[in-house]
Amino acid sequence: MPEVKLVNVTKRYGRIIANDHINLTIKDKEYISVIGPSGCGKTTLIKCIAGIIEPDEGEIYIGGRLVNNVPIEDRGIGYVFQNIALFPHMTVWGNITYGPRVRGFPPEETEAIAREMIEMIKVTARVDAYPDELSGGTQQKTAVARALMTRSRLLLLDEPLGALDLKVRAALRYELRRIVKDLGLTALHVTHDQEEAMSISDRVVVMRRGRIIESGRPIELYMRPKKLFTANFVGEANFLVGEVKLITGEGSIIDLGDGMKILSRDRSREMGERVVVAFRPEFASLGRTCENALAGKMTSIIYSGDLVRLHVELPNGDVIVVKRSLRLYEPIPRAGDEVTVSVPPENILVYPYPERGLHRELSLE
Amino acid sequence: MSIVKLVNVTKRFGGITALRGISLSIEDGEYVCILGPTGAGKTTLLRIIAGLVEPDEGEIYIEGRRVNGVPPERRNAVYMFQNFALFPHMTVWENVSFGPMVKEWSSEKIENVTSETLEMVRLGERRDAYPSELSGGMQQRVALARGIAAGARILLLDEPFGALDARLRVNLRTQLRSLVKDQGLTAIHVTHDQEEALMVADRIVILREGRIEQTGLPQDIYNHPKSIFVMSFVGGANFLDGVVSRVTGSGSTIEIRGGLRIRVSDTSNGAGERVVVGVRREDVSLGKSRKRGFNNLVGEVLDVMFVGGSIEYVVRLENDMTMLSRILLGEGSMAFKEGDMVIVSFHPSECHVFQYPERGLLKEIEAI
Ligand SMILES: Nc1ncnc2c1ncn2[C@@H]1O[C@H](COP(=O)(O)OP(=O)(O)O)[C@@H](O)[C@H]1O
Ligand SMILES: Nc1ncnc2c1ncn2[C@@H]1O[C@H](COP(=O)(O)OP(=O)(O)O)[C@@H](O)[C@H]1O
Ligand SMILES: [Mg+2]
Ligand SMILES: [Mg+2]
Repeated sequence: MPEVKLVNVTKRYGRIIANDHINLTIKDKEYISVIGPSGCGKTTLIKCIAGIIEPDEGEIYIGGRLVNNVPIEDRGIGYVFQNIALFPHMTVWGNITYGPRVRGFPPEETEAIAREMIEMIKVTARVDAYPDELSGGTQQKTAVARALMTRSRLLLLDEPLGALDLKVRAALRYELRRIVKDLGLTALHVTHDQEEAMSISDRVVVMRRGRIIESGRPIELYMRPKKLFTANFVGEANFLVGEVKLITGEGSIIDLGDGMKILSRDRSREMGERVVVAFRPEFASLGRTCENALAGKMTSIIYSGDLVRLHVELPNGDVIVVKRSLRLYEPIPRAGDEVTVSVPPENILVYPYPERGLHRELSLE
Repeated sequence: MSIVKLVNVTKRFGGITALRGISLSIEDGEYVCILGPTGAGKTTLLRIIAGLVEPDEGEIYIEGRRVNGVPPERRNAVYMFQNFALFPHMTVWENVSFGPMVKEWSSEKIENVTSETLEMVRLGERRDAYPSELSGGMQQRVALARGIAAGARILLLDEPFGALDARLRVNLRTQLRSLVKDQGLTAIHVTHDQEEALMVADRIVILREGRIEQTGLPQDIYNHPKSIFVMSFVGGANFLDGVVSRVTGSGSTIEIRGGLRIRVSDTSNGAGERVVVGVRREDVSLGKSRKRGFNNLVGEVLDVMFVGGSIEYVVRLENDMTMLSRILLGEGSMAFKEGDMVIVSFHPSECHVFQYPERGLLKEIEAI
């Protein structure tokens, strides 16, 4: 029953607050990913849960038990570290059975579990191979098997696929999810790859500067991000600045200046309020297909396989991106053409204008 | 005139042949991406151009001059960009002005070149910062500025964004391309990220096991992959293996596992031949009814996944094979859920047909 609960967990390094009052509950058998810009405190968070570092404040519960000051080996976790590889002088078998051996577990039992884990993670390489004889993907799978040898029900993964080729990562991420689900584990997976997090997790937690700024199911985070930062961080988005002109039963009408207006179903802002309007490039289409139509001029076109991104300059000089699938066989305008871009009001997100300015609010660095 | 030219370049490391007879010409001002899996020989190729490694066979020309045996420091035009190759004890300004200083230019010229390049990478305001005070992305821009200030015309970029956050990478790669284009530089950019290559390259070179597998414009590589490997590596696809059962003037029929039949427009393989049909995930649509003129197979939705702006459905066909269908959000993509029975449709003209590979299908498409 490895439910994990963090209450006000705070960790400081001198003036840096690496984790700032983190409150998070991970449900039993939940697959959670934590994403955020580098340095936002993801590794610190996972290390606090593992017991590698002690928080300065706050409580950590695993399976209902307060584990502050409980050493790592007694927390019942499996841990795949960021950038810590296999022991190079040990074979696959040696690596996988290392933990139980040093803890003096009965060899027969260790062997049985190891066989099961090797089967489970589908390590196809010979068990007597050394790490440098294995591909990066197989090494990483072996590291997961090694972590699972503790038979713990809670798996902590810190950028487990970080060092691998994208192609390998894409394949392994589904393997990871399958292993976790098949074994009924609870997993906390830290990654800097949003797509990885969004495609395999039950829930994604977004961190920034030591804090959790929001969490939600991948599709919710993508379609209805609560924070402007999230809208930018978990996928592409267009941002325009405007002012709420009118609130009706239909939604809010936002004046974008230079004669442009846009309707959103969002009615949470106030009349006259300065706001940021956001929408995903794939919800924009060419032509006048709904009431929200913006006129502009095509500036450039970027193809990437089946997709095309069209850059359209609006009368106020802002450039928006429209993403279309080439499979729709629509005519693609040329640079310099006058075009109309439509976005359904359901897909127009509205946020209060950030105090520190839009650029700083969206900054990834 | 080509600015970089390799003729029949081969390089061995003991028993390993890292490059086998590579011939490649790169034009002045071109942005070329070298794409391939780990171990394909990408880094070795760049190191040979930079002069850090000498080939066992073949010739290298830079700006028309044969440079075999010329040490890296005398290949002035070439700059091998390495991540975090900055001097940590020097400020941004000192790092960038290092090249011009070594060349003993006048202090006025050093001053001008250094400030111009820093402006170019938009770091003019951080001239007095030390590398450790900058973010990873900024450090990379400083490293680039250093190369450009030193007079490099040809940038060799070995996975320049490899260590950075995915989201940041997306921003930086377009900035890098604009910089190269605005300054009229030539870039040879090694990556394993196919989307990156498709978006920034004028031309893509696909390397596999030390050989060039295909070169071409990004859209040509995507639309006309020469091999299963290329189709799988660039864009990915469903691969169905089968046997040609009938060939007519307008196409052929291919029988796949479980006796299912697929119509393809391709007629290049004769009846009885073993083939593999590749269908892009985005060319596969799901519906409730059969589409005229399409291949229509019955299946059950096993899983619905969310992949960066698209929805990907995993569907199990009647013959137990699985097919993936990918639909861009905003194009009616939320229509089905796990357990739904659907008709899987794809058009005969969108089926790429390949001969069955000698080493087996898995060997061509397996990533791990
Ligand atoms: N041992 C440490 N000493 C000092 N500062 C640290 C230490 N570990 C982490 N930090 C700082 O804490 C912040 C969060 O780091 P980390 O948890 O590693 O972030 P992430 O994993 O999200 O990249 C960063 O500013 C980092 O520099
Ligand atoms: N200095 C070296 N000594 C021995 N083998 C090497 C050396 N450099 C590269 N190789 C081998 O050559 C092949 C190609 O390597 P590399 O050019 O680094 O590929 P990539 O950059 O595409 O991953 C690999 O099998 C690699 O192990
Ligand atoms: Mg980390
Ligand atoms: Mg390399």
